[in-house]
Amino acid sequence: MTLDRRNFIKLMGGASSLALAGCATQGPAVSAGSAAEIMPKGSARRVVVVGGGYGGTIAAKYIRMMDPSIEVVLVERNDHFVSCPFSNLYIGGILPDLSSLTIKYDKLVANHGIKFVQAEVTAIDPAAHTVVTSKGTLKYDRLVISPGIDFRTEEIEGYNAQTPEIMPHAWKAGPQTVLLRKQLEAMKDGGTVVLTVPLAPFRCPPGPYERTSMIAHYLKQHKPKSKIIVVDANPDIASKGPLFRKGWDMHYKGIIDYRKAAKVTAINAAGKAVLIEGIDEVKGDVVNLIPPQRAANIAVQAGLVGDDKKWCPINADTFESTKQKDIHVIGDASIAGAMPKSGYSANSEAKVCATNIVNLMNGRPVTPLSGINTCYSYITEGEAISVAAVYASKDGQIIAVPNSGGVSPADWSMVKTEATYAKSWLRNILTEMST
Amino acid sequence: MKQRWSGWALLTGALTISATALAADPGAAMLANACAGCHGTHGGSAGLTMPSLAAQSKTAIVEAMKKFRSGERPSSIMGRLAKGYTDQQIDQLGEFFSKQKLHFTHQQVDAAKAKKGAELQEANCSRCHLDDGKDGKDDTPVMASQWLPYLQMQMELYQSGKRKMPEKMAEKVKPLSKEDLDALLHFYASVNK
Ligand SMILES: Cc1cc2nc3c(=O)[nH]c(=O)nc-3n(C[C@H](O)[C@H](O)[C@H](O)COP(=O)(O)OP(=O)(O)OC[C@H]3O[C@@H](n4cnc5c(N)ncnc54)[C@H](O)[C@@H]3O)c2cc1C
Repeated sequence: MTLDRRNFIKLMGGASSLALAGCATQGPAVSAGSAAEIMPKGSARRVVVVGGGYGGTIAAKYIRMMDPSIEVVLVERNDHFVSCPFSNLYIGGILPDLSSLTIKYDKLVANHGIKFVQAEVTAIDPAAHTVVTSKGTLKYDRLVISPGIDFRTEEIEGYNAQTPEIMPHAWKAGPQTVLLRKQLEAMKDGGTVVLTVPLAPFRCPPGPYERTSMIAHYLKQHKPKSKIIVVDANPDIASKGPLFRKGWDMHYKGIIDYRKAAKVTAINAAGKAVLIEGIDEVKGDVVNLIPPQRAANIAVQAGLVGDDKKWCPINADTFESTKQKDIHVIGDASIAGAMPKSGYSANSEAKVCATNIVNLMNGRPVTPLSGINTCYSYITEGEAISVAAVYASKDGQIIAVPNSGGVSPADWSMVKTEATYAKSWLRNILTEMST
Repeated sequence: MKQRWSGWALLTGALTISATALAADPGAAMLANACAGCHGTHGGSAGLTMPSLAAQSKTAIVEAMKKFRSGERPSSIMGRLAKGYTDQQIDQLGEFFSKQKLHFTHQQVDAAKAKKGAELQEANCSRCHLDDGKDGKDDTPVMASQWLPYLQMQMELYQSGKRKMPEKMAEKVKPLSKEDLDALLHFYASVNK
């Protein structure tokens, strides 16, 4: 069905004005928080870390391991963390719940003498070296932020605060992930799932295609008359393309309908429809709408994003912001050259950043970056593919070391082994973060 | 006076050169920390099919990395990663992990098998796999406390010929039955103090 943009918006009725209101509240909210200083800073040097996810936990831990004389305060809005890696397996019905993907902070904090503050960071004042939280302010000598992503929903007409409840993104693990699975379970056999992929760069380049595989896996097992339409804004599959295609041909012929170079510009949430480039309408019974992304709100508020207004430029060895002194940005929010926006990258970047924060605070020279990324994606329950690379810094840029890295062999010889390795990957990386 | 000045210049020149050499070298800890996402902090693994690298003999690590790099030892991603490191960096990695404390795991093993394995270890393997497999000698890896699924995967690779068994090991393994080998692996996995 083809609709022109104006008719489509008309069909949405009042939604477009709602969307505008939604946009107005999408921007980073600057709130004064509570003004009283919590944990007044003593004579010890202090690093505050914002975000207890893949990057933040590791930065906090490694700074303490490398120099226990530095006080580290970790600020995180939740009392637990749910991993995005492997959340696609839950959506695909392979994992029964999210418990194996959930970590707590108690052991990490006790083992390394990290001070933990469960609070929302509402503002950062770089000049005053102060973080404003929902519980009060905190002073720092250096600040690390690893807050992950937020969405550029303003680029999708009709998107408002309620949209994720109807068209879940499930791109931050937790209630959104559970909602998407529930919607799939409630869908009738013969239904259509629509999954939309934003233009790169976004969190986890292979993520949408692993998600597609896992949803197709679920449909094949439980709702075999159903299909999934992938609406991808990119010119082609953004990561491990030939391997995903091979897997889809082997297992999901007739289930996956992949459409490239198709950018969602508007939605009609009530009608469960997305509009591509203002023209082609695609309707689904379940719509997994993954919006375009940028650094999380707090990074925008603190003036850490670059000219693109999306991501944070950094020094390639220290991860210190090029916009604000004494603030380091790691993980998805940063522009880390050749390193992709992955959990493993965030882990590796955190260690590089921690090493050099300790160097800088002790008047020692900066150690050049050495990093790794390793990322597995499941095609079926027992088959996974991977991409891996080693990184170094050269002339102020993070580059992949030439002639290293790459993806799994095309002959499918390693998929079973990699499906077992991936599980060990998860165990190890979550253990690193939580102990 | 003149001589003293040129001496100065030489000295500062030398200093500058070594400083730049250092600046281009990430150093052992920086290199090794990146491995910990898969192999655990300081090389102590929590993943059942991932080996602990902590306390391995330096030579064992260096040889493994070089064999991964050349493709002589089969791998999924290790070959791809090993290609990212120079010989000198591989040496530093080996040095770093060899200095870490042995990582003890607490896993369920078959007690009867572990007991039989202990006897087999003493009689057949203990000359290279020293001290219940806790000590690595030369290129002999530390076996103690490695996860059973990892050990079993490697033994399968050896048996299928995909991973080449060192001659001194092949000699000892040949007379042993499948059950004997399995018992040995249960024993190594059980060593945790
Ligand atoms: C479906 C999916 C699958 C994925 N699979 C993989 C995979 O297999 N392998 C892989 O390597 N990567 C994978 N990723 C990517 C990975 O999840 C991210 O790259 C990683 O989480 C980035 O780490 P981070 O520290 O930047 O952000 P996060 O891990 O998201 O951590 C950010 C933390 O900051 C907190 N926070 C944010 N703002 C504030 C604030 N203002 N105040 C207080 N706290 C705040 C958040 O609550 C959160 O805990 C996947 C992602 C998705 C969506």
